[in-house]
Amino acid sequence: MYGLGIVRGLGVTLKHFIDSYVDDFRWLGKRYTSREAFNVRQGVKGRGVFTVQYPEERLDIPERFRYIPFLLYEEGPNGEQVDRCTSCGICAKVCPPQCIWIERTNDPKTGRPIPAPKAFFIDIDICMNCGYCAEYCPFDAIKMDHDFEIASYDRTTRHIWNKDKLSKPVSYHAQIHPTDYAAEEAARAADEAKKAAKKAGAAKKAEESV
Amino acid sequence: MSATDELLNPDFPVPDELQSNIAITTIDKIYNWSRRSSMWPMMFGLACCAIEMICTAASRYDLSRFGMEVMRPSPRQSDLMIVSGTVTKKMVPQIVRLYNQMPEPKYVLSMGACATGGGPFKEGYNVVSGVDKYVPVDVYVPGCPPTPQALLFGLIAVQKKIDQQSILTVPWYQRGPSEAIPVPILGPDIIDPRQSDVIRVQAAKLATAATAVAELSGAAEA
Amino acid sequence: MTELTASPQGAATTAPDLTLDAHFPDAVQKDTRPGYSGYLVNADKLVEVATAIRDEMGYDYLSSVTGVDYMNDGKMEVVYHAYRTSGGPALALKVQTPRDNAVVPSLVSVYPGADFQEREAWDLLGIRFAGHPYLKRILMWEGFAGHPLRKDWREPYYEEDHKPFDTRWPGGDFHRSEENNPFGTNVQYPPDFSVDGWVPEAEDAIYAGAGALKESGNGHELKTDKLVVNLGPQHPSTHGVFRMVVSLNGETIDHLEPVMGYLHRNHEKIGERNTYLQNMPYTDRLDYICSMSNNHGYALAVEQLQKAKVPERAEYIRVLMVELTRICNHMWAIGFLLNDLGAFFTPALYAIKERELILDLFEATAGSRMMCNYMRFGGVYRDLPEKFKDGDTIDFLRELVNERLPRAIDDLDTYLTNNEIIRSRCIGVGVLPPDKAIAYSTAGPVLRASGVPYDVRRADPYSIYNRFDFDVAVRYNGDVYDRYLIRLDEMRQSVRICQQVVRDLPTIGGDIMSGKLQYQVRVPASEAYGRVENPKGELGYYVVSNGKANPWRYHIRAPSFINLTVLGELCKGHKVADVVGILGSIDIVLGETDR
Repeated sequence: MYGLGIVRGLGVTLKHFIDSYVDDFRWLGKRYTSREAFNVRQGVKGRGVFTVQYPEERLDIPERFRYIPFLLYEEGPNGEQVDRCTSCGICAKVCPPQCIWIERTNDPKTGRPIPAPKAFFIDIDICMNCGYCAEYCPFDAIKMDHDFEIASYDRTTRHIWNKDKLSKPVSYHAQIHPTDYAAEEAARAADEAKKAAKKAGAAKKAEESV
Repeated sequence: MSATDELLNPDFPVPDELQSNIAITTIDKIYNWSRRSSMWPMMFGLACCAIEMICTAASRYDLSRFGMEVMRPSPRQSDLMIVSGTVTKKMVPQIVRLYNQMPEPKYVLSMGACATGGGPFKEGYNVVSGVDKYVPVDVYVPGCPPTPQALLFGLIAVQKKIDQQSILTVPWYQRGPSEAIPVPILGPDIIDPRQSDVIRVQAAKLATAATAVAELSGAAEA
Repeated sequence: MTELTASPQGAATTAPDLTLDAHFPDAVQKDTRPGYSGYLVNADKLVEVATAIRDEMGYDYLSSVTGVDYMNDGKMEVVYHAYRTSGGPALALKVQTPRDNAVVPSLVSVYPGADFQEREAWDLLGIRFAGHPYLKRILMWEGFAGHPLRKDWREPYYEEDHKPFDTRWPGGDFHRSEENNPFGTNVQYPPDFSVDGWVPEAEDAIYAGAGALKESGNGHELKTDKLVVNLGPQHPSTHGVFRMVVSLNGETIDHLEPVMGYLHRNHEKIGERNTYLQNMPYTDRLDYICSMSNNHGYALAVEQLQKAKVPERAEYIRVLMVELTRICNHMWAIGFLLNDLGAFFTPALYAIKERELILDLFEATAGSRMMCNYMRFGGVYRDLPEKFKDGDTIDFLRELVNERLPRAIDDLDTYLTNNEIIRSRCIGVGVLPPDKAIAYSTAGPVLRASGVPYDVRRADPYSIYNRFDFDVAVRYNGDVYDRYLIRLDEMRQSVRICQQVVRDLPTIGGDIMSGKLQYQVRVPASEAYGRVENPKGELGYYVVSNGKANPWRYHIRAPSFINLTVLGELCKGHKVADVVGILGSIDIVLGETDR
């Protein structure tokens, strides 16, 4: 019969329509308040409407999500900021669109470079969020941020991020990248244990030779 | 917060017994409220960001919650131009023309790094370093590409901007017609008619430099 | 109702004919440069040799045409890659010509699919093709100064020949590129340019190409004026900034001229400035719906140069990601084909819903929804996450590929396939016969919907595709409807592959990267052509290395671009409303078309 295909097709639409009400009944009014309901809707078993009511509701941001990079600093005992960055320049060299500018600090007395950046700029109008800087940084000093709410009314003054704007504490990194942070700390601890063992071994050897 | 709460003008308190019947507001407030609640974006995609724009319009992020679901392909019917993607020199005459064809009041949202400042393709010979070189931009959304939620944040920023406008100062109620932006010309490279003077000056500079070099070499030969 | 052919697996081992130089002793020599392969052909004998390889040796499919600027030798080289549609590796032909007067005979008469690619080589490299029917610029506009891919041509924001730029470190004095340009923006003009005397190219030139301004009517019939209609570049059904100049006789199409380049982002010029690694995120932005498979093709090409090995687990993850990408892409393509046919947005909404789920997985694994930048030379960036959406990732994957996606595909099938309106809009529209499909170098679903069972995954297997059990989907009518059906078939086959991967994945351990994480990738001086079966067709990367940190030549054989060569032919004689349907069934993405 002509038109049967259309009718059968509309059955699919009807199914989608009914699914959204089934979902409503299933959660009995808690549909928009319970986080559990939200997660089920967004997951592979979700049926019916799966709209994210941004800005009231937000999707979970996965740990590896990348937006604009940020620089890490350790918080010293007196609240001072110690940059992890040593201005080795690998991030600037690996950056595909070349949006990172680093100025190395020179020791005022000897004139030789010291491992800390004097200035650090990222032009977020060029940055392509590829994550290479974070991936190839040997010191875990630059990571990809999760903050995407950075729309602005003026780009000339607000889209070149300097070191102050980019710097965030290590605790922030630990908070948004818990797994990565744990792995990094474990690797660091293993590294240090190795170094200590080596030192101890060397000391022992020295003792023996004496 | 309900719409009425948003619209109420605190300068004119309404007696308690009348609160369910009367609301006092200002023209600006109600005018801006109605304008920002039915912004119609132009269905205008340039590149990668357009895909995220479509996803924003689709059921998961749902632009219609902001009164923006009516995406119009015709500039004559739209209020908001979302410049979603790399603006190339070959495309920019069309973009300027589209902007000129949009009726006032009109807003421009530059979505993504490319539209904002050239993005990763900035160094390319066919890429314009930001759409704001040609049309005025209201809100910039960085990111490559901005996620749908980031775009929604930018759209909310446009709405906030509208909320702050006043009917007395907005340009489209001023005397006289608004000026159209001159459409760029495709020359040996893109020519912005507003830049003609700069181009002439540079050409003259080059010419004097060339004659100077010629004279120098001539003198050397002599 | 699904018709599938057995895969021509045996054909894949056929070696290229090695006697071409014996065939034409005075016109063809073997390319003996170290790291190079194929044959050098004398320019004056090119058409003869091409006809011979097509008719006598069975290389009926011309995959890619491009040029290389060997500036230091004062030569331009045009590189052709031809295949047999029965399968097997490529035959590479090269023609050299002096750089200052680069002329090569056109192959359009032998392989019509060379048309746009030769125009591109003229546009970007300044190689003229003698005998080409319409040799005009294709990506840039007529009147643009210079041929940008020539090695001595410099863009306005030129800093250095290759990245990384010295100004970034250790000096690091921030500036915007605009500040160093006398015009304050991304422009430069030739020295003798005068803004006052400039006459831009008239639109009439484009219309003249469309045959629109020719005299119409023959004096016997009713004399009707031809009408030129511009579709695009701002049009909701052109899938981006694509323009078609259509000349109409009544409502019937006489001629259709595709105009492109509105999204020409200079991918290849930037790619030649980049290091090998830096190109990877740029490939995401080619076909921005399928970034994973773009990554895969580029990784294969460079791994071929490096002779790198990829660990087992990484291969499995790659295949999984690429096949999920194919499902994403076909979902999107079907949704938007229906949009173009007038079923505004509902099918697209259903398709996007499934796509979002896959994108969530990409976001959790690679870090971004669309621009995955996931593959590295010799592996992938990270392993799949352990946990995903409050559960184990592998459980999610099992549910996704065993339950959810098959059901979604069946839903789309019931929803659309037998719909009478769709059938009457699609069946018999835009028919592409198989011989024409091959001659015009179409690829992917467009080729297979015309009855040619050519799939790179089978014809020239790469990665670990030969381990999986899947069929090459084929349809035989070559119309819009078959191009729609074949996408459903292919999604089902992709689901099959994914099911096998997910079944095996937990048992495969080991690394996901071979070698150390290294940002300075060096490759020996040589050339490579890596190709993959992208959702849109055969995506090829032609990379020439001169041993430095940056590729000397980096060319992309873009399926969307080359599939468009046949668009004008397909639309001839149809009504104007069918154009968008035909275009939608070809499924282009402008990021890849214009690069």
